[in-house]
Amino acid sequence: MLFTKKDILDMESLSVDEINLILDTADRMKEISIRPIKKVPTLRGKTVVLFFYEPSTRTRISFDIAAKRLSADSLSIAASTSSIVKGETLADTARNLEAMNPDIIVLRHSSAGTSHLLAGLVKSSVINAGDGMHAHPTQALLDLMTVREKRGGISGLRIAIIGDISHSRVARSNIIGFTKMGAEVVITGPPTMIPKGIETLGASVSYNVDKAICNADVIMMLRIQKERQKSFLFPTEREYSKVYGLTKERVENARSNVLIMHPGPVNRGVEIAYEVVDGPYSIILDQVTNGVAVRMALLYLVSGGARNAGAD
Amino acid sequence: MLVLIKNGRVIDPGNLDGIVDILIKDGKISEIKEHKSGVRGQGSRVGDQGSEVRIIDASGKIVTPGLIDMHVHLREPGHEYKETIKSGCLAAAHGGFTAICPMPNTNPVNDNGQITEYILNKAAIADTVRVYPVAAISKGLNGKSLCEYGELKEAGAIALSDDGNPVSNSQLMRRAMEYAKGFSMPIISHCEDLDLVANGVVNEGAVATSMGLAGIPNAAESTMIMRDIALYELTASHLHIAHVSTKESVLAIRNAKKRGVKVTAETAPHYFTLTEDTIKGYNTNAKMNPPLRSSQDREAILKGLADGIIDVIATDHAPHSYIEKEVEFDQAANGIIGLETSVSLSLKLVHDGVISLTGLVEKMSTNPAKILGLNIGIKTGRPADITIIDPDRSYKIDSSKFQSLSRNTPFNGWDMKGKAVLTMVGGKILFDEI
Ligand SMILES: [Zn+2]
Ligand SMILES: [Zn+2]
Repeated sequence: MLFTKKDILDMESLSVDEINLILDTADRMKEISIRPIKKVPTLRGKTVVLFFYEPSTRTRISFDIAAKRLSADSLSIAASTSSIVKGETLADTARNLEAMNPDIIVLRHSSAGTSHLLAGLVKSSVINAGDGMHAHPTQALLDLMTVREKRGGISGLRIAIIGDISHSRVARSNIIGFTKMGAEVVITGPPTMIPKGIETLGASVSYNVDKAICNADVIMMLRIQKERQKSFLFPTEREYSKVYGLTKERVENARSNVLIMHPGPVNRGVEIAYEVVDGPYSIILDQVTNGVAVRMALLYLVSGGARNAGAD
Repeated sequence: MLVLIKNGRVIDPGNLDGIVDILIKDGKISEIKEHKSGVRGQGSRVGDQGSEVRIIDASGKIVTPGLIDMHVHLREPGHEYKETIKSGCLAAAHGGFTAICPMPNTNPVNDNGQITEYILNKAAIADTVRVYPVAAISKGLNGKSLCEYGELKEAGAIALSDDGNPVSNSQLMRRAMEYAKGFSMPIISHCEDLDLVANGVVNEGAVATSMGLAGIPNAAESTMIMRDIALYELTASHLHIAHVSTKESVLAIRNAKKRGVKVTAETAPHYFTLTEDTIKGYNTNAKMNPPLRSSQDREAILKGLADGIIDVIATDHAPHSYIEKEVEFDQAANGIIGLETSVSLSLKLVHDGVISLTGLVEKMSTNPAKILGLNIGIKTGRPADITIIDPDRSYKIDSSKFQSLSRNTPFNGWDMKGKAVLTMVGGKILFDEI
């Protein structure tokens, strides 16, 4: 199968076949990451711009390593150093960037839809590294890869996503990604953090954490942000961790082979207990490892990788 | 010179409906006469008294009292790159309007007599449609102190509104309503509970959720409408509700009217034409405040228009340049232009059987005139402010041809049936596509 997408903007726009191709490619890329010499010449001469309007060391480094392992030239622009602070609009910046002919722009931005806006303005490929509360497709793909690796498949699994669904692009992309691949997704959290109409993305809603956990194959915890107290979404971290946190006891009541995931960064002792993060069911570090592989796969595929495969 | 409008169906609700000929002399309607068939076609001829008569053949067209858009934003003073008073007036004329009411959220705000006079001077220089400025309820639109309504009225302000900002302080709103009564100025309320809006940018619901945008619940509008109705009942002044967008708002107004409360209300063409689906793809030309709502809300608006609960169609014409629109969705400015699309979109309601042609004229001319206390109509002796509508003219909306300086419309490229084809103010033809 040929990969013909110019951009990776969200999970809605990827087909099941495309997702499978990305995951298969990522599996092969992962193999490069465990070689003694972790570099292939595949994207030599290509320029990847990491355009981060919102600080995110983890995602940026993951993309940076992915680009370097494929021999692409990568450079980072952070919001504080870009001209946005001088009043230049994103569209202006995009056109300026375009004039320097990058091949791929990886964009992280705090406003939803920004990757769509950028993709419409530039000829380069755009990879969405998180846009506001909208989408984080590379996170969903690395989560799919990790679960598939551990379980041999996705279809038929039951995924529980727990926490602040309203503000989570990770939740949105995972609901779409996992249901598209045949899993069942149940979301739970404080009713103040379950957005209206979330069912239309394919998830079912439960307000009972224990029930959601007890028959889940995968438990995905989301980071809770203290600032949400100011908009009255929850009273205290103490109560949050008691009512919605993933404690050791809750894990003991879960299925014997449950997988525990977290997109990071983790608030230890708040949404997830210390011992659970480092416990036997946690695959949080596998997620990080696979993040590099998935991002290598995407850089490769949007550069026309499969099309040029013979020429490499 | 004399002008004779012949062969058109004249609709002036409560006054006239039929094929009559209108003779205009010195800018005034001088004679309304039984239609005589015979003279067809445009041109001139020599009249009975020997003077030249320009003949406008309005066969198959609707002749109405001049349309009034009682809710527009001209950006002068302050943001002339978006719209000037002149460009806004020209846009109005090309859209079939003979009068418009610009809201006070200019820079500086129209909260004192000098600014009102400035606007009226600019309008006089433009010398096109009639401009009736709406002045601010509170100084600087900041909701803290009353403006001098006496001075504003004297300078020519016709109504009061803090449009763009709601009046959050209920006591200030109560006193504003009471104080305005002394000057017979209606209060036009932009109803919005800012705490409920929080950082919302679109309608709360499935579309917002899937796009990752913060939502604005219907209750942010309807609770404030209910408050204002309660304050109206307390003060018995004159309250008009701006841009109704939700089904709960329609219900609140319906209930109030049922118990005899004489509140009036408007909605805009986008609320009865579009739903929140239009924002998909992060279309900033569909971003406005209040936001486009669900299809159930749209249905309720249509029903409210059909049964007269919503009295007025006003555009909330809000020009913005691409600088404010070609940006991240949550940072894009609110509002769309409407003057040059309103008649066509409203005629669609007529074609769809929602309202009659008479209903359209009521909502776009008779009712706004009543609310604002303007003396208009097709009667002898009145100024010849007249709009001619061709309900069947097919065309494609082309925003590049707009008179407005801005292009922020979600309707560009739409195929429409029906439009205003002639606009006359004081006997002067400002726009003629007949
Ligand atoms: Zn308003
Ligand atoms: Zn307005």
